[in-house]
Amino acid sequence: MDIKKNPLSMHINVDSFLPASDEDKAYMVKMRPSSTFFKDGVKRLLKNKVAVVSFFIIVIITLSSIILPFFWPYGYEQQLGNKFPYPVDNSYSNLKPFEYGETEKARMEAGEKVFPHIFGTDAQGRDYFIRVVYGTRISLAVGFFASIIVLIIGMLIGSISGYFGGVIDLVLMRIVDVIYSLPDMLMVILLAAVLNVTLGDAIDKSFLKGIGGNIISLFIVFALLYWVSMARLVRGQILSLREQEYVLASKAAGAKGGWIIRKHLIPNCVSVIFISTALQIPSAIFTESYLSFLGLGVNAPMPSLGSLANDALNGIQSYFYRLLIPAVVVSLIVLSLNLFGDGLRDAFDPKLND
Amino acid sequence: MSTKTLAYILKRIGLALLTVWVVITITFFVMHAVPGGPFLREKAVSETAQAALEAKYGLDKPLIVQYGTYLKDIITKFDFGPSIKHRGQTVTGMIRDGLKTSVSIGLIAAFSALFIGVPLGAVAAINRNKIVDRIIMVFTTLFVSLPSFIMGSLFLYLFSQQLKWLPANGDKWTGYIMPIITLALYPLSYITRLTRSSMLDVFGQDYIRTAKAKGVSKGNIIFGHAMKNSLIPVITYFGPMLAYIVTGSLVVEKIFGIPGIGSKFVTSITDRDYTLIMGTTIVLAMLIVIMNLIGDLLYKVVDPRISFD
Repeated sequence: MDIKKNPLSMHINVDSFLPASDEDKAYMVKMRPSSTFFKDGVKRLLKNKVAVVSFFIIVIITLSSIILPFFWPYGYEQQLGNKFPYPVDNSYSNLKPFEYGETEKARMEAGEKVFPHIFGTDAQGRDYFIRVVYGTRISLAVGFFASIIVLIIGMLIGSISGYFGGVIDLVLMRIVDVIYSLPDMLMVILLAAVLNVTLGDAIDKSFLKGIGGNIISLFIVFALLYWVSMARLVRGQILSLREQEYVLASKAAGAKGGWIIRKHLIPNCVSVIFISTALQIPSAIFTESYLSFLGLGVNAPMPSLGSLANDALNGIQSYFYRLLIPAVVVSLIVLSLNLFGDGLRDAFDPKLND
Repeated sequence: MSTKTLAYILKRIGLALLTVWVVITITFFVMHAVPGGPFLREKAVSETAQAALEAKYGLDKPLIVQYGTYLKDIITKFDFGPSIKHRGQTVTGMIRDGLKTSVSIGLIAAFSALFIGVPLGAVAAINRNKIVDRIIMVFTTLFVSLPSFIMGSLFLYLFSQQLKWLPANGDKWTGYIMPIITLALYPLSYITRLTRSSMLDVFGQDYIRTAKAKGVSKGNIIFGHAMKNSLIPVITYFGPMLAYIVTGSLVVEKIFGIPGIGSKFVTSITDRDYTLIMGTTIVLAMLIVIMNLIGDLLYKVVDPRISFD
C-alpha cells in the first residue's frame, strides 16, 4: 500500500499490519508432524529397551512354535522306534541330545543324512525338541485364547453394568463380588477335573475333537471365573467416563445406549483394557502349566510345557535337561510377557505420564 | 467402634459366609454331575451290592436331600462323610492329619516372606538405583516369574540330587527346608517389590520433606515416618499371599512328597475319591476366605484414611 505517512505523525505504521505472506506464515509454523496418542505410545514403548527385547523374544518363540512343526521331520506323537512294519526298536527310547537310534546309525553309515534329535528323545522314543515346540504352541494358544474369552465376557458385562447402573449393576456386581472372593485356583482345579470327565465324551464326538476335552474345559473354566476382574475394570472406567460432557452432548443429540458404549466409552478405555488383557496372557499360561503339572491340563499324547515338566519329574536324576528345557521356555515366556505388558502400561497409560 | 465400622465388618463377614456356602454348593453339585456318580464301576459290582453301597452313603435319596444332609453335617459337626477310596477313614480325619503339616509349613513360609521381604524392600528403596537395589530387583523379578513347580523341581535336583545337602522328602525336619523356601520365594519377592515401590511413593510425600526440612535424622524418617505408611499395601497383600501359599502347597507337596492337605487334594483327584475332593476343596476354600477376611479387616483398621463403605 502506498499511503504516505508523515514522519512526525504519531499514527501507527500501517505497513506492519499488512496480511502475512505465505513465506512469513511458513516461517512461523513449527515443522513437526502432528502426533496421535497411539504414535506417542509406540515412541515411548520403543525407548523402553527391556520391553523391546521382551517383545522380540515373544515374537521369536511364537513364530518358531508356529513354523517349525511344518518342516520338522518328526511328529510330536511319533514314536520313532515304533514304525509299523518293523519290530519295536527300543534303541530310540531315552536318547541323549544328538544321539541316534540303531536304524538311524545304520542309515548314516550308508551315507544318508539323518536329522539330529537336538534334545534327544523321551521314554517313548519321541523327538523331544518337537514336543517342546508343540508344548510351547499349546501353552501360548491357551494363554492367548483364554485372555480373549476373558476380554469379551468381561467387557460385555462390565460395560452393561457400568452404563445402565441401577438394579442391573447391583445384581451383576454382587455376582462379581462372590466369584471374585472364590478361591480361584481351587475352583479351577475342581472344574478342570470334573469338566473333563463330564464333557470329554461329548467333545470327542463333536467338531471340537481336534482341540481336546481338557483344553476346552480349561477355556470354560477361564470363561467362568476370570472375567470378573476385567468386568470390574471396564465398569470402573465407564462409570468415570459416562459423566463426561461429550456423553451428555451425545445423549442430547439423541444417541442410544449401545451407540454411546461403542463410539464413546469403549474407545476411551481401550488402552487400559488392552494392557490388562496383555497382562492376562502370562497369568493364563501360568495357570495352564500349573494345571498340566498337576496332571489336569491337556490330554495325554499332546504336550504342554507344564505336562512336559511333570513327565520329566520322574526321571529327574538321569534326564534333568528334560525338566530344564520346558522350565526355561515357560519362564522365558511368562517373564517376557510380563515385562512387555509392564512396558505397554508405562507407554500407553496416560495417567502415569503426568 | 462406630456403627459404620461395625456395619462394614458384618457385611464383610456376611460375604465370607456367602462365599463358603457358594463353594460348598458348587463343589457338591459339580461333583454329583459326574456321570456314573461317585462310584465309578471299575470292578463290576452286582446290582444289590451297588444298591447297598448307595444306601450306605445315602446316594439313593434325591439330590437335594443329600445336599441338605451334607450341608447340615458340615455346619453342625464339621463332618464331610467317609472317604470312598480309603476304607474306614473319614474325610475330616484325613484332612486333620494333613492340615497340621501344611499349616506349619505355610505359616513358616508366610512369616519368613514377611520378615525378609519387608526389610529387603526397604533396603532397595533407600538405595534406589544403586547396585544393591538393582541386584534385589533382578532377583525378585526372576522369582516372581518362575512358576513354583519349576522352582521346586530345580531345588530338588540341585540341593538333594546333585549337592546332596538336603533330603528329597519331608521325613526329617531338614526335609521341610526346601519346600518352605520354594513356597516363600514368590511372596517374598512380591513383598519386596511392594515395599520398595510403596516406600518410594511415601518418600515423595510432603510430610517427609517437612521432616527433612526440620532436621529429623535419616533413621528416624525411615523408621518413624516412612515405614508405617509404606506397610499398608503389604497388609493388603496378606490375603492373596496366604491364598497363594495354599495353592502353591499343592505343587510343592507333590514335588517333595509331603503328606499334607495339598498332596491329599492332588491324589484325591487322580484317585477320584469324590468325598475327599469335596472335603479338601471346601476346607482349603474356607482357609483362603478366612485369610482374605482377616487381611481386609486388618487393612481397614490399620489405615484410617480408608472409608468404610
